[in-house]
Amino acid sequence: MIRTLAASALTVLALATPAIPAGGGDGHIEDVDFSFEGPFGTYDQMQLQRGLQVFTESCSGCHGLRQVPIRTLHDAGGPGLPSDQVRAYAAELFIADEDSNRQLYDTEKGEFRAILETDNFPANNTAGAPDLSMMAKARAGFHGPYGLGINQLFKGMGGPEYITAILTSYTGEEKTVGDTTLYENTAYPGGWISMPQPLEDGSVTFDPEHNNSQHHLAEDVSAFLMWAAEPKLAQRKQAGLVGVLMLAILSVLLYLTNKAIWAPVKKRAKSA
Amino acid sequence: MSGIPHDHYEPKSNGEKWLHKRLPIVGLLYDTLMIPTPKNLNWMWIWGIVLTFCLVLQIVTGIILAMHYTPHVDQAFNSIEHIMRNVNGGFMLRYLHMNGASLFFFAVYLHIFRGLYYGSYKSPREITWIIGMLIYLLMMATGFLGYVLPWGQMSFWGATVITGLFGAIPFIGEPIQTWLLGGPAVDNATLNRFFSLHYLLPFVIAGLVIVHIWAFHTTGNNNPAGVDVRKGSKAEAEKDTLPFWPYFVMKDLFALAVILTVFFAIVGFMPNYLGHPDNYIEANPLATPAHIVPEWYFLPFYAILRAFTSDVWVVMIASWVTGGIIDAKFFGVLAMFGAIAVMALTPWLDTSSIKSGRYRPMFKMWFALLVIDFIVLMWCGAQPAEGIYGIIALIASAYWFAYFLIILPLLGVIEKPLPLPDTIEDDFRAKVSHGKATGAADATPAE
Repeated sequence: MIRTLAASALTVLALATPAIPAGGGDGHIEDVDFSFEGPFGTYDQMQLQRGLQVFTESCSGCHGLRQVPIRTLHDAGGPGLPSDQVRAYAAELFIADEDSNRQLYDTEKGEFRAILETDNFPANNTAGAPDLSMMAKARAGFHGPYGLGINQLFKGMGGPEYITAILTSYTGEEKTVGDTTLYENTAYPGGWISMPQPLEDGSVTFDPEHNNSQHHLAEDVSAFLMWAAEPKLAQRKQAGLVGVLMLAILSVLLYLTNKAIWAPVKKRAKSA
Repeated sequence: MSGIPHDHYEPKSNGEKWLHKRLPIVGLLYDTLMIPTPKNLNWMWIWGIVLTFCLVLQIVTGIILAMHYTPHVDQAFNSIEHIMRNVNGGFMLRYLHMNGASLFFFAVYLHIFRGLYYGSYKSPREITWIIGMLIYLLMMATGFLGYVLPWGQMSFWGATVITGLFGAIPFIGEPIQTWLLGGPAVDNATLNRFFSLHYLLPFVIAGLVIVHIWAFHTTGNNNPAGVDVRKGSKAEAEKDTLPFWPYFVMKDLFALAVILTVFFAIVGFMPNYLGHPDNYIEANPLATPAHIVPEWYFLPFYAILRAFTSDVWVVMIASWVTGGIIDAKFFGVLAMFGAIAVMALTPWLDTSSIKSGRYRPMFKMWFALLVIDFIVLMWCGAQPAEGIYGIIALIASAYWFAYFLIILPLLGVIEKPLPLPDTIEDDFRAKVSHGKATGAADATPAE
């Protein structure tokens, strides 16, 4: 009986499988073992600093990061840049897209003022590229099995993995539709993306030296974007852990209290 | 208060007497807290406390969030990020509120299915049940309104789809939809009124919760055996019951602590698991998401809404009979609200005089199937409405209605129930001495 049931359940699932679209992406997303995954995972400070460099040198030409305050580059649990470096970094930023950054316009002087570390990263809409502030949380890399999303419990939501996959899944093919050029990307839903391949082996060089193969660069910038989307990850996990531990202790105490209160009642019922 | 004989509050000191003569508030609290409660309540009777906690949690975190939130289409999305990044502890408040909604619905579904299994809706607790259903409807409204506030893509398109349901009402639908939205489409006026109502409704819920508790404190709690507390004398009643404080307060608090441990693990370690990534993209009226999916707790009813397409024969008949006034869209809306309405009508649809499903061998199987049906509908609601999912959703929707409209009325007539325990005391004794309740082997999912 049970075997028949199981067999028919399997048949139903097998029938259902081909019809399941992968929600956020048709392409295959490879799991990456990021340091910030799992209940105790935290960001790798060095990786975030490398990712920041990749973002600055490569992504920021077209993409904005408008939700992220520059000062948070100094925050513990994040890239943790020293304050003077954060100030210097902010001073070097420039406004590529004046229309999207009107908050930086000084009406008295009639010009854009310098970016300070108290400002957010500038928005950038010059090429119509999406803002990356929350990209790592706005995509899911994993959806299965059968659309249940259970594998997200083990692998995480897959946002950073999705970004890594996009950055490393170009085939080199191009096609022109109307007046836009599309680039074949096996991780992108639909297979054709309007962003040209942004990273290749050695696009960015690190000081001190670090592996800068395309995949490593992609992972580093994905980790950085995860931080940009979820800067309080370490504090959140810590709060969660404290909550869980305190509540676990409270549960034990309440269990014992409850047991003690009910013991005479149960004893009386048994002897009656 | 409960009609069960028990000790009432006696003011002792002069001060207490003075107050009691003018405002018997201490007596009210005493009677509420000391209500005689059936001894044999099992662990499915703890969800009420969890739900009360959820309501308080949502109101407290919500009020603080509202201090930092801006209900304007240009600012709403940014103000949420401001809360997440710049407000002290804001990320925790927001994740607690977001996942608090999920805990709220998780608990309410178990609470409702507990009631359905143990016949808690049956006489004399119909009013408690109806008030409960009203609370559930308001919870759904509040949850939906709240989901719109972050002004993400799912917020915007969810609001568009759901308010569109009202637009499906024949003749008067469109003016109603425009009136609800405050304009021709989801826009700033919509966001403002949704914020206002999202702030208001929890307090209406709180009021109804008091009425809900008042109602079942008047009738007394149902219990897993479904037999009544003996009310002949105080001594007799005390054989069947124990005061709520401390026996059930401690039991409920223990259960609450265990549930909150899991809840904090979710909030701390995977706060976005139950959400949808698309809601981290700011609302864009020009770009429709590939799949518009509501929050998980709406999925079963969303599946029912979508199940009745124009090629289903009942829809065809309804359309033909009404001369096309009821089209597939309106039929779906009627089915969705009907699915909740039949649940609210259970007190009159269930013809069996036996309350507890434990002593109803046939009912037990159909009920187990209903639980599975609910989960299948939830799964279907998350899938695209095409191919095999449409068929599964239609079968599952049909079972939902069949359970309430056909199976429950019939079972009461054809089913031969098992012998009931004479008293709650007997049931309790059997439970503590054999680790098992009276009657047949209990292996139902509800216990």
